[in-house]
Amino acid sequence: MGRRQEDIGSGGSSLSPRVIFPNKILPYLLVAPQLAITAVFFYWPASQALYQSMLREDPFGLNSKFVWFDNFARVLADPNYLNSVRVTAVFSLATAFVAMAVALLLAVMADKVVRGRGIYRTLMIWPYAVAPAIAGMLWLFLFNPSIGSLAYMLRWLGINWDPLLNGPQAMVLVVAAAAWKQISYNFLFFVAGLQAIPRTLIEAAAIDGAGETKRFWTIVFPLLAPTTFFLLVINTTYAFFDTFGIIHAVTGGGPGKATETLVYKVYNDGFVNLILGDSAAQSVILMVIVIALTAFQFRFVERKVHYG
Amino acid sequence: MIGQSPIRIGIAHIVLILGIVVVAFPIYYTFVASTHSLQTILRPPLPLVPGDRFFENYWTALFGGVGRIGGVSVGTLLLNTTVMALGIAVGKIVISILSAYAIVFFRFPLRMMFFWLIFITLMLPVEVRILPTYKVMVDFGLIDTYAGLTLPLMASATATLLFRQFFLTIPGELVEAARVDGAGPWRFFKDILLPLSKTNIAALFVILFIYGWTQYLWPLLVTNRNDMGTIVIALKKMISFADADTEWHLVMVTSILAIVPPILVVLFMQRWFVKGLVETEK
Repeated sequence: MGRRQEDIGSGGSSLSPRVIFPNKILPYLLVAPQLAITAVFFYWPASQALYQSMLREDPFGLNSKFVWFDNFARVLADPNYLNSVRVTAVFSLATAFVAMAVALLLAVMADKVVRGRGIYRTLMIWPYAVAPAIAGMLWLFLFNPSIGSLAYMLRWLGINWDPLLNGPQAMVLVVAAAAWKQISYNFLFFVAGLQAIPRTLIEAAAIDGAGETKRFWTIVFPLLAPTTFFLLVINTTYAFFDTFGIIHAVTGGGPGKATETLVYKVYNDGFVNLILGDSAAQSVILMVIVIALTAFQFRFVERKVHYG
Repeated sequence: MIGQSPIRIGIAHIVLILGIVVVAFPIYYTFVASTHSLQTILRPPLPLVPGDRFFENYWTALFGGVGRIGGVSVGTLLLNTTVMALGIAVGKIVISILSAYAIVFFRFPLRMMFFWLIFITLMLPVEVRILPTYKVMVDFGLIDTYAGLTLPLMASATATLLFRQFFLTIPGELVEAARVDGAGPWRFFKDILLPLSKTNIAALFVILFIYGWTQYLWPLLVTNRNDMGTIVIALKKMISFADADTEWHLVMVTSILAIVPPILVVLFMQRWFVKGLVETEK
């Protein structure tokens, strides 16, 4: 994992086997399937998105004209888009924070126990297999105002709970569902990260009289930073792109536009409202975000993370 | 090891058990709901223990057909989703192992350009090119087909990178020995490379199967007909808060049926799953 960075940089020449098969046509046949799919379903659509983002079509799709960056200017000035940027930021940070904090707490606890560690891990990892949209629906089932049992309890406690009408409550619900699904993933990585910390360091601190809480914040947490940082990027990417299903299934971006994330807005503007130019411009902005996140990840994260 | 007091260990166990309750409760409660009648579900709070409608509800959902999604049975949906998940997992593995094989064990013009072309697709997830990709599907007539559900998701930079990285660790002497013994490229691939890649293939399979099973945006776009839908999409269509006629007991059964297969794959292949997760993450 840590080496991938360098082999890409060096073209792999130093590591690859010196002996190779002399064959002129075979290698092309071998890469052909992947290249064909990549070209047809990745590069062509991506280039179309770029092209469309600079077109303005009339509502009937009969005429279009090339408008350079007008669509971008309009999208970036649109209060709805800015709202969506804000919603995405709140949603992603809250999801990443909750999912990581809970996972870290559980991983630290799992690191302490000896008996039953395997069972805890097994019981902890299965939500990974639940589709984000289904995670959303499970939470919606528990918390919807008409038949949700937990919503019933909240009302019984005197809380005026209705995520279908109340924006902030809807946000809480989608964050809870999104974070819940991600706990198991973060848990696995934190457990691996904790196991890689040398016991001697912790023991030395204990001999010097540092209490458990102090040991955690001054030794364990800083040493865990690479894992935490890596997970922060992964969780942000997850919250940005993989949670479309949760939003679509649970709130549909509503109430109002309280949970309309950037990806949901691309879908909504393109497929429901049919504003093609704006949707394409938003796609391109998202592409820039993905490229930035990926570059960031390869540049700063890959090298520092060690899984032991 | 620092001596841990029994109290601290006890607290750790309690926190872990609470954590597992939080993690498991939504799934458990859905299972409970799937064994009750519609009337019971509509009057919260729902009991914490399963009811007596298990066989009835599951039988209706699996074979009877569900009204809101045009009478399609959950069995059909499960079949579609299985085809999609298997198609994506197997397709991705085959395509990437072949291209990684070409890039590592052959030298040919444009080799590095091909590698980069594949690598860059990491940065183009479906979510950022929704509309134009949909247009391609329409032009090829792939709407409501299995090919449409699987093909576009088969190209994977991650899997290719993983295989490439693994192939690079195979010593040159091994390749040389195989060639001295008269093995051609196909023979080497089949008899040496494939058996060596078994663990990697298993690990990737788990990750990719779950990836395929849990897809949402893509099947939402490329399927219109109810009988071509995946179980996750159908579930969304079955739920409506506006109408009183949502068949909640069948929704719950469908949820459970949608969750169980990938969970079984994760649990039975846990060893490879954990390995795969840690290694494939791009």
